[in-house]
Amino acid sequence: MNSRTLSYVLSAGALVGLTALAFAVGRYPVSLNELFSVLFGQSVSPNVETVVLQVRGPRVLAALVVGAALAAAGTAYQGMFRNPLVSPDILGVSTGAALGAVLGIFLSLNVILIQLFAFAGGLVAVGLVYFIGSRLRGHDPLLALVLTGVVIGTLLGSAIALLKYLADPYNQLPAITYWLLGSLAAITPRDLGTAAPLALLGLAPMLLLRWRMNLLALPDDEARALGVDTRKLRTLVVAAATLMTAAAVAVSGIIGWVGLLIPHAARLLVGPDFGRLLPLAMLLGAAFLLAVDTLCRTIATIEVPPGVLTALIGTPFFLWLFALARRSW
Amino acid sequence: MVDVSGREIRPPAKVERVYAAGPPASLLVFAIAPDKLVGWTRAMRPNEAPFFAERYAQLPELGRLTGRGNTANVEVVLKAKTDLIVDIGSTGASLASLATQVQEQTRIPYALFDGRIESTPATLRALGKLMGNEAEAEKLAAWYENELKQARQRVGRASSHPLVYYGRGVSGLQTGGKGSINVEILDFLGARNAAAEARSGLATVPFEQVLIWDPEVILTTDPNYWASVWTDPRWRSVKAVAVKRVYLSPNLPFGWFDFPPGANRLLGVWWAGKLLYPREFADLDLRARVTEFHRRFYHREPSAAQLDAMLGEPGVLPK
Repeated sequence: MNSRTLSYVLSAGALVGLTALAFAVGRYPVSLNELFSVLFGQSVSPNVETVVLQVRGPRVLAALVVGAALAAAGTAYQGMFRNPLVSPDILGVSTGAALGAVLGIFLSLNVILIQLFAFAGGLVAVGLVYFIGSRLRGHDPLLALVLTGVVIGTLLGSAIALLKYLADPYNQLPAITYWLLGSLAAITPRDLGTAAPLALLGLAPMLLLRWRMNLLALPDDEARALGVDTRKLRTLVVAAATLMTAAAVAVSGIIGWVGLLIPHAARLLVGPDFGRLLPLAMLLGAAFLLAVDTLCRTIATIEVPPGVLTALIGTPFFLWLFALARRSW
Repeated sequence: MVDVSGREIRPPAKVERVYAAGPPASLLVFAIAPDKLVGWTRAMRPNEAPFFAERYAQLPELGRLTGRGNTANVEVVLKAKTDLIVDIGSTGASLASLATQVQEQTRIPYALFDGRIESTPATLRALGKLMGNEAEAEKLAAWYENELKQARQRVGRASSHPLVYYGRGVSGLQTGGKGSINVEILDFLGARNAAAEARSGLATVPFEQVLIWDPEVILTTDPNYWASVWTDPRWRSVKAVAVKRVYLSPNLPFGWFDFPPGANRLLGVWWAGKLLYPREFADLDLRARVTEFHRRFYHREPSAAQLDAMLGEPGVLPK
């Protein structure tokens, strides 16, 4: 077995093990016996059934979906922009989603509408960035896109700041702060049911085009010489990555680190080829966020915000991997 | 005169115009002498204005000066020709130093008072003295004191104290641990706060934890959350939902239960008292109490229609 295959096998093994563990632990005591009974449809106490099927189960699966989606989107963007500092929100999807959610909270809407606002906000923000960025001629198209993303992101950020300023300080401001911190605490089966299909829909084109994705890393004229319409391909990748990220962020709030550093971890293990990179990044992203979220919901009576732990756990792990790997970009 | 932070306050001989730095202060200054309040921290919204006489509802918006986020411009406070700045709430060192700083900048005396429910009578008296309205303040303070005493006596007769969870936010998963200002009413009423072990202050808790606590009663300030518990299979496993004891606090013109954290929460003491100790608070006439509170503190009795709307909203009281 070569080292690449080993990376896949180990990551997949870790993911399966973590998932089993995540189902078994939580604040509410559920024995392994009860857990198996619920999963195989036998009757147990209604509370245990609620915990496993309505609370813990959806949350575990949501952590997997969100982690994989953020990692996949980050991988696609880093390849496309040929830049290691790029994360899924480079074109404003997270900021747009945040503005949508903050507006929803400001207007005291219910949770479904807040999520819808967040999702739509993410799509609209990237749509706007792409529309403007692709019309700025006379520059490198990628640079135009990134810069437009940065300035529009700042604009949306100031709109968020304004809403925070105007929000009721006792009621809405804490709610806004909690949303911006990100959390999987309030995940319901319905959230999973909406986010997962959308994330898959975004994933499909990436998987289908995974071999062509490498060409995006080439300069436009070279790619064109190889018969690839980079503009079309780029539009498709941006649309797919945005859909995945927006679906994830709408239910989880903003969770950093995963989309930026998991792709690097995967690249250190299997190299830059997108076809090999994508599945591993998704495995690692899912496993990482699941591990973090499991800690978030178990170590204290109150929830720990995932953003606190992603960096706390992720940074040493990443530096260790970086020191260990001999692979270059 | 010394305020609660130990800072010496020298008010002018005649205090005619008072700027209140936050909603709890606005409320007490307004209650003591409505014509001395120079403005609200934010303009009255259309659904709040009808609870006040028009000239008061139309007072200008001046912004908040302390606490969570300043929105007031010091020049605006100066332009309002204020004789006195008052803030009521937390009295920690950072607020005291801010008060000193603004006082030095503006040369307007800036007094801080304690905002806890139990301190309200004392705060009323001290504020009344500072504003030169001792008689009015004394009347309010004595009445408030008596109402608190009666509520405490009712609670004292109770043989069991229900386990209560306070759910905030659209998900209902934000709550206040023991000693949080958000659940001061629960502590005052001797109810057992299900989330007592959580930290003091607001925190998000895992749903599984709520299920372990399995509260008998849930109180909330969020109408969206209140509406969602009845259909959400997760919440339906919680005892309070199963026995239909989830209640939504009224919020006009100021909230009753959690925020703003001021004297308005006496309304929440009666409301939560009736919900948590139905027998001991059975003869408390909530309509009459609310009417009297409004008359004394907001200087206008609510109309029958306003009372119906407040108390008849789904979730406010048991059917």
